[in-house]
Amino acid sequence: MVLVVLDHDGNKLRKGSLEALTRARALAEALGTRVAGVLLAEDKAPVEEARSYVETLYTATLGPYTAERWAAGVLAAAQEAGAQAVVAPSSRQSRTYLGRVAYALKAGLLEDTLESGVEGGAVVATRYAYLNRVTQRVRAPLPVVLTVKPNTTPLAEPLAAQGEVRPLEVPAVPTVEVLERLQEEKKGVSLTEADIVVTGGRGMGSPEAFRLVEELAALLGGAVGATRAVVDAGWRPYSEQVGQTGKTVQPSLYIALGVSGAVQHLAGMNKSKYIVAVNKDPEAPIFKHADYGIVGDVHQVVPALIEAVKKLKD
Amino acid sequence: MKFVAVIRQVPDGESRLKIQGGRVDLSGATLILDQMDEYAVEEALRLKEKHGGEAIVVGFGPERTEEAIRTALAMGCDRGVHVVYEGYADPVTVAEALADVVREEAPTLVLTGGQQADWDSQALGAALAEALGVPVVSWTTALELEGETAKAKHDLDEGAEWVRVRLPAVFTTQQGLNEPRYPTLPGIMKAKKKEIRKVAFTGTPKVEILEESIQEKARLQRILDGKDPVAAAEELVRLLHEEAKVL
Ligand SMILES: Cc1cc2nc3c(=O)[nH]c(=O)nc-3n(C[C@H](O)[C@H](O)[C@H](O)COP(=O)(O)OP(=O)(O)OC[C@H]3O[C@@H](n4cnc5c(N)ncnc54)[C@H](O)[C@@H]3O)c2cc1C
Repeated sequence: MVLVVLDHDGNKLRKGSLEALTRARALAEALGTRVAGVLLAEDKAPVEEARSYVETLYTATLGPYTAERWAAGVLAAAQEAGAQAVVAPSSRQSRTYLGRVAYALKAGLLEDTLESGVEGGAVVATRYAYLNRVTQRVRAPLPVVLTVKPNTTPLAEPLAAQGEVRPLEVPAVPTVEVLERLQEEKKGVSLTEADIVVTGGRGMGSPEAFRLVEELAALLGGAVGATRAVVDAGWRPYSEQVGQTGKTVQPSLYIALGVSGAVQHLAGMNKSKYIVAVNKDPEAPIFKHADYGIVGDVHQVVPALIEAVKKLKD
Repeated sequence: MKFVAVIRQVPDGESRLKIQGGRVDLSGATLILDQMDEYAVEEALRLKEKHGGEAIVVGFGPERTEEAIRTALAMGCDRGVHVVYEGYADPVTVAEALADVVREEAPTLVLTGGQQADWDSQALGAALAEALGVPVVSWTTALELEGETAKAKHDLDEGAEWVRVRLPAVFTTQQGLNEPRYPTLPGIMKAKKKEIRKVAFTGTPKVEILEESIQEKARLQRILDGKDPVAAAEELVRLLHEEAKVL
């Protein structure tokens, strides 16, 4: 059996779950087996939606998310299903609890994969390494635990019939006690899903100057990003940081304004389809990674860009 | 008290990577203590300075990893353990290799980097926690000891949270946890005399790398002069609209 972990927001499956389903179905077909799903919830979960994608759906309500509880839930389902492979959407949280699951199953762990298939009874996948600079082809015999990088895979269609729901017994495990959740305020387009990202770096000069970044992003229907230098200076919230320790984005268009192009920043955006840079230093490393660019002062170039985009839209 | 920092040696991100025979060749690269692991070393040192005890660095990797262990000793760790293994090993295998060594130390807590700068894995801390049978707190940005427990703040996919956890536990690091110190000259001198215990590892990795390639997407690099900002901006928008077709 291939077990797919269905991630959700309490009301709906996340898009990544439908990508993971597509991968899980392909692996199951190549291995000559079937797909079962596991749906873990703090309190509520989209059970009806989830069971339209799998013949068997294991469910459990576990209370506040912790890596230990989620690992125990996935393990219980993997044991019930006799899973040879576990497939899940890739997120920071899944990459943590599945590290536990992989260890417990003595499985090969393939994180954040771009593609996957079966060759000679083993799972073969591609993924990025070296801060997103290298593509690796990796191979692991069964059992495997595999996570699916977002926006790499077509979305699965529902099945003809609703699957059977099987509540799981999940053993209590030693875990952390959640004291307080600090939710991010959500405004505008989400950074990781946006098709256009406009990022400001320290070259913007001040938090006030980010008004220009916001205006350009809003005009393009995109999201605002920031570099670590800007976040460390307290100009922008951490939730906007793009890079190794921030978010990874892969939009059609990435616009970097006053960004030097440090490797740790590139790690979060170097797979964007088109990269545009504005920097006053013609030697700035970002230009080597840019498709288009302007050597100039952001305080002059960005207002001109805003005007030019407005003109285009009229 | 005993604070363990688990580290690896990785190429400096600025190093040029080469491919030789379908694999990354690090022979020309500058190798450093992984900067995410540096946060782990720094936190172990701060905890020791505040609460007393010992800060121990445990490294996994080939012989050359000793350089990174020496860096951690020069920052102030008391002694090192080096689990020697040549070549690639996946996080589950590394956790297996480290579990006995760490268990023997019976640490108060264990710290390691949130993500590896070479294999881009985020799983070592979690796999090690499973091996030790203790909780894991990933992407930690604040950590305080409170008797038998620790209070920690850490990042989730959306937002962050405060947790309390009974010790021992494993913590993976994130920016903001601390600012790592630089090794001082006296620190470097002292580090030369500090003990590094070598442990051989003979397990078999569960994941094999078949091939590696550098796929720097060829970028167009059409860089315009912005002396006339309005003309440059209009030309850029035209290119994005007509050529790239992204506007
Ligand atoms: C472990 C680790 C993790 C990290 N993770 C991240 C991460 O996730 N994300 C991240 O971004 N960084 C990360 N960093 C930091 C990274 O190394 C850089 O320090 C950071 O990206 C620099 O941000 P910046 O480009 O905004 O600032 P700077 O490097 O200061 O560059 C500013 C740029 O603006 C240009 N400029 C200045 N004034 C103007 C003007 N008026 N008009 C036009 N251009 C101008 C300058 O020429 C310069 O190129 C990490 C570092 C470490 C060690």
